[in-house]
Amino acid sequence: MKLLLVEDEVDLLEVIKESLEKEFFVVETVGNYADALQKLISYEYDCVLLDIMLPDGNGLDLLAKLKQLKKSDNVIIISAKDSVEDKIKGLEMGADDYLVKPFHIAELNARIKSVLRRKFLDGKNTIELANTRIDMDFRQVWIAGVELALNRKEFDILSYLAVNKNRLVNKIALAEQVWGDNIDGADDFEFIYSQIKNLRKKLKENSAEIEVKAVYGIGYKLIIL
Amino acid sequence: MKLINYTLKYLSIALLLVLSVWAVLFYFRMISEIQNSLDDGLENNKMLVIKRVNKDAGIIERSGFSEHNYQIKEISGKHGLSFRDNYRDTLMWTLNDEEMEPFRMLSTVFTIDDKYYEMKIVASTVGEDDLVESLLYGLILLYVAILSSVLLINNLLIRKVWTSFYQLLRNLRAFRLDKDEGIKTTKTEVREFRELNDSLVVLAEHSVNTYRYQKQFIENASHELQTPLAISLNRLELLAEDETLTNHQLDAIGQVMSTLQRLIRLNKSLLLLSKIENRQYGAVEVVSVVQLVKSLINEYDDYAETKGVEIELIEEAELNYAMNKDLAAILISNLLKNAVIHNYEGGNIIITIKKYSLTISNTGKTVPLNEERIFSRFQKDSKNKNSTGLGLSIVKAITNLYNYQLNYTYSGRHNFTILFKKAV
Repeated sequence: MKLLLVEDEVDLLEVIKESLEKEFFVVETVGNYADALQKLISYEYDCVLLDIMLPDGNGLDLLAKLKQLKKSDNVIIISAKDSVEDKIKGLEMGADDYLVKPFHIAELNARIKSVLRRKFLDGKNTIELANTRIDMDFRQVWIAGVELALNRKEFDILSYLAVNKNRLVNKIALAEQVWGDNIDGADDFEFIYSQIKNLRKKLKENSAEIEVKAVYGIGYKLIIL
Repeated sequence: MKLINYTLKYLSIALLLVLSVWAVLFYFRMISEIQNSLDDGLENNKMLVIKRVNKDAGIIERSGFSEHNYQIKEISGKHGLSFRDNYRDTLMWTLNDEEMEPFRMLSTVFTIDDKYYEMKIVASTVGEDDLVESLLYGLILLYVAILSSVLLINNLLIRKVWTSFYQLLRNLRAFRLDKDEGIKTTKTEVREFRELNDSLVVLAEHSVNTYRYQKQFIENASHELQTPLAISLNRLELLAEDETLTNHQLDAIGQVMSTLQRLIRLNKSLLLLSKIENRQYGAVEVVSVVQLVKSLINEYDDYAETKGVEIELIEEAELNYAMNKDLAAILISNLLKNAVIHNYEGGNIIITIKKYSLTISNTGKTVPLNEERIFSRFQKDSKNKNSTGLGLSIVKAITNLYNYQLNYTYSGRHNFTILFKKAV
């Protein structure tokens, strides 16, 4: 998978690139409008991560150019501006998603993979991990061909961790994903643990070859045994 | 006290003093004028009587106050020689009034045929008490007349001249910094008022601009912070993935992360506040408060459960309001979050939805919160290091935006009530 990252902040560019390379993506980076346009005209990318505010132009213009060139590159807008109008405008112009800074790495991964799944697995929106198969559309989990019954929160946790397999997922990122953005002011995140505990038990009882591992003080990680 | 009454108060005191002094002076001046004129008359009378006595000495015999205004009697030569004319005030019995009345009396001595005669001539004069009395009445009348005409003229003048001033006062009272409008003024011919108008227009413009600039500044600053915050957070998340880290190091990273999360939340809250205050939340739709509360309870029940707090919903009526959906969620979720955080294990939260109101009532600390301060920014419970101190300010800003009323009461429980306007 080849990604193009358009971002003028060098530090952010580097950290995102490093993270995406852990997912075995091929990542190319550019820091301004002109270079980005050059790259977009010359090459094909599976997904473009596009910052709207660039020193020499607007990311939305790049999006328009891309559509004008009838390129099939998927686009995820990354913006510091959390404005509904911008979001709607970006999506109407053909962006696949809109992510507001600051975001968790796990969230970026999830968004990119969701875009890519839709692009490549025509109609089959599933994730396969060892003997476990997760159907994202029908919200079903199968272990070695047997369906595993999970409640909504358990499913959300499992699928989010599965998208970020082998990556450390911050517990706040997980809480926001599963319990909603409004939960972020909670004064402790103990409540995640009880759901994780249930999920672990169910995975183990059904001999899944995956495990949710706690990372001390930070969050959780899904690993393949 | 109104300006007109204020000036009138001092004017009446000053007038009273001036008129009193004037009355005293006037009184003495008048008395002396009257006496002068009477004395001249008496002198003239004296000469007339002496002239007649020279022609007809019988007058002396017939004189007397019972019939005439003079009385003549013979005196010794020794006494007559040393006598000097004198005027004095005296009282005499009058028939018409049947009482003693004041008279001016001239005593003089004249000689006829080497005989000395003393003559007393009187003229009726005004009584000093009568004079004082009528002067006082006149004075009071004048005083009242002056004051009432001043009052009348002032009133008419104020109505005409001060119209623009009162207009300005009304506009000033209606002026709101956050409404983004300057002050309207009315034309006036009075220079002072024109200057006042001009200064206020400039002042209002300046304030509005400063306010706008400050709001803009907070928004821009928050936006500028987003990227460095993103870099720090993502860098830390990557660092935490390093397999060689010890638990001790992971714990330290976790702590920095949660501090950073707090910073991110604080920044988001500031941004949210300025967006609400800048009215950047446009899209309004009909929100079912009952539905919204139910879904928020669903989001919060795990959190509440681990804290040992029970949430109960009492649904007395349907409640539908036109507002921005995101803001509605933030509004209720902030109150709900607070009710969980500031609760104790085994406590509860009761949410009551009525026709026009939503009340979130929770157990918690046994002292009431400071009503005046809880909705101000950065008023927070020092114990809770995770709070941004902006939660209730945001609630307040949202209710202000939609003109809902927000009340806090303490009844052993902490109750926050949102009174919605009449239904849509």
